[in-house]
Amino acid sequence: MQYQSQMVAKPYFIAAIGLFILQILFGLIMGLQYVMGDFLFPEIPFNVARMVHTNALIIWLLMGFMGAAYYLVPEESETELFSPRLALITFWVFLGAAGLTVLGYLLVPYSTLAEITGNSILPTMGREFLEQPTITKIGIVIVALAFLFNIGMTVLKGRKTAITLVLLIGLLGLAVLFLFSFYNPDNLVLDKYFWWWVVHLWVEGGWELILGSILAFVLIKVTGVDREVIEKWLYIIIAMALISGIIGTGHHYFWIGVPEYWQWWGSIFSALEPLPFLMMTLFAFNMVKNRRRNHPNKAAVMWALGTTVLAFFGAGVWGFMHTLAPVNYYTHGSQLTAAHGHLAFFGAYAMIVLTIISYAMPLLRGRKAANSALSQKLEIWSFLLMSSSMVLITLLLTTAGVKQIMLQRMGEHPLPFMQVQEQLAIYFWLREGSGMLFLIGLIIYVASFFVGNSEPEAEVAA
Amino acid sequence: MATLAQQDHPKYPPGDLAIWIFILAELAVFAIFFASYAFTRMNHVELFNQFQQQLDRDAALINTLALITGSYFVVRAVAAIREGASQICLRWLLAALGMGCLFLVVKSAEYSHHFSAGINLSTNSFYMFYLSLTFFHFMHVIMGMVILAAVALKARRGGYSIEDHTGVETGAAYWHMVDLVWLILFPLVYVMH
Repeated sequence: MQYQSQMVAKPYFIAAIGLFILQILFGLIMGLQYVMGDFLFPEIPFNVARMVHTNALIIWLLMGFMGAAYYLVPEESETELFSPRLALITFWVFLGAAGLTVLGYLLVPYSTLAEITGNSILPTMGREFLEQPTITKIGIVIVALAFLFNIGMTVLKGRKTAITLVLLIGLLGLAVLFLFSFYNPDNLVLDKYFWWWVVHLWVEGGWELILGSILAFVLIKVTGVDREVIEKWLYIIIAMALISGIIGTGHHYFWIGVPEYWQWWGSIFSALEPLPFLMMTLFAFNMVKNRRRNHPNKAAVMWALGTTVLAFFGAGVWGFMHTLAPVNYYTHGSQLTAAHGHLAFFGAYAMIVLTIISYAMPLLRGRKAANSALSQKLEIWSFLLMSSSMVLITLLLTTAGVKQIMLQRMGEHPLPFMQVQEQLAIYFWLREGSGMLFLIGLIIYVASFFVGNSEPEAEVAA
Repeated sequence: MATLAQQDHPKYPPGDLAIWIFILAELAVFAIFFASYAFTRMNHVELFNQFQQQLDRDAALINTLALITGSYFVVRAVAAIREGASQICLRWLLAALGMGCLFLVVKSAEYSHHFSAGINLSTNSFYMFYLSLTFFHFMHVIMGMVILAAVALKARRGGYSIEDHTGVETGAAYWHMVDLVWLILFPLVYVMH
């Protein structure tokens, strides 16, 4: 760690991991509710568990992105952070808002939450992933503004690099697009149309830029490859991501009531969306292959490579499976969608946050370059366990999805939804089992922060 | 000696390798677009033939010539910088930019004609493809011009030399791609029936 102010990243990373644990616990609860419908009812109904599961994911990823920015921007800009104090204040505001929101979800009925938070003044609640009370949304905007100001001022006063530029554009996109969560038209078509501007343009637009820049930063650090080479790759990858991803929004517009040309636009452009992810994989493996030095933090290298592979399969391949309109006609909103969502979010975004945490945390905790061999061993085990159980979850949901589509949407006598769900129970049980494996991986991951701290740093094998 | 050897065997492919990866990706998008066009046309041959007649082929021909001429100018710009003639290179680049402008003007006139006739993306499948394909290409002409302008600015500062002119070749490669796509688009959409 070169700059004192990079330390503010630490609470962000810790909170991210905390919310990650919360997300997984609620994932397990709803996984069980798939097969035991009244589990924990009426305390935690399925819709509430789902809300906590998805919202906690979004918040921990945002925490991770912010932590990543606070860590890497001072180092890239070669200057202290503009205001470490502001970064800490926004951290507590953000964490407080997130905590209160989750408590609100859990303690009172959703409609009561809407009432007591004054949703009727500016109604924004009740839409998937954007369920947060309006006041929480306003809080998110304030935090985002303070964050962007802090990061922007730091970039302005220091060295400008391609990495900080791309990161800043991504973060700016994230903040600006979130404003569409306040636009809540009565017309359902318009509602969905702009809802995707937040949801799709986040994960298949702005966030990809953030992913690319964090990945590029870590690769420069752990491989020692020339910055020029890495920056060139970064530019091509994000150009491709934007060309395919922006109009690719159309793959959500097939059946919402917009003109037909979206079926063509959405299919054609989103069919190209795997490309930037493929490039990212080639990029990471090439850089590691041509590395100038061996970095003692093997776990971070592992995460960096792993994120590109699982992102390519989860976002790229699994996305492509149902992105063409004629295919999507059958697969829309099935378990196949859930399969894609799980591997894409874990591969692309959870793992990139875990990558930067893996690289930065040892330095933030006073190590020179890496953790001890023992704690890295645990971390790598957790990497293997979480990745493989997530792949398992994806494969099981894919199988369930294909079966669901065939029984429910094809053939002469399609079956009703609930009857099909019963036939899928075995896959849901196995998925819950895989989820338990994932939890074990997560526990080992958390343990890796507490084990082996008194042992010497890992060194590069001669 | 090393630079002499490089002179004898210009590096292949010319320009930055990165732009070639990008060009391949761009060509992939257009390829899928063209394939979708062909596929849809197969099922609606009469509709496509009927509305194809309403396009302004003369305007498209002028644009084809503008782009080919532009590509020729870009070739001359690369040849000039390989001789170390920065200012001549700059002039050829500006000439190419002029051809790009001509293309944009002619194409815009075509669009305004269509729009005033009330044609839009939902008119029919043919116009959906015609407007989407040509507009996507239109954006690429603008992108190509931005790249050529950036190269021209650097050339004006004397930023390129006999030894180091990768940037000129890179810009040229992209411009040729824009030209190439039009050379497929023009016969496919305007002429063939």
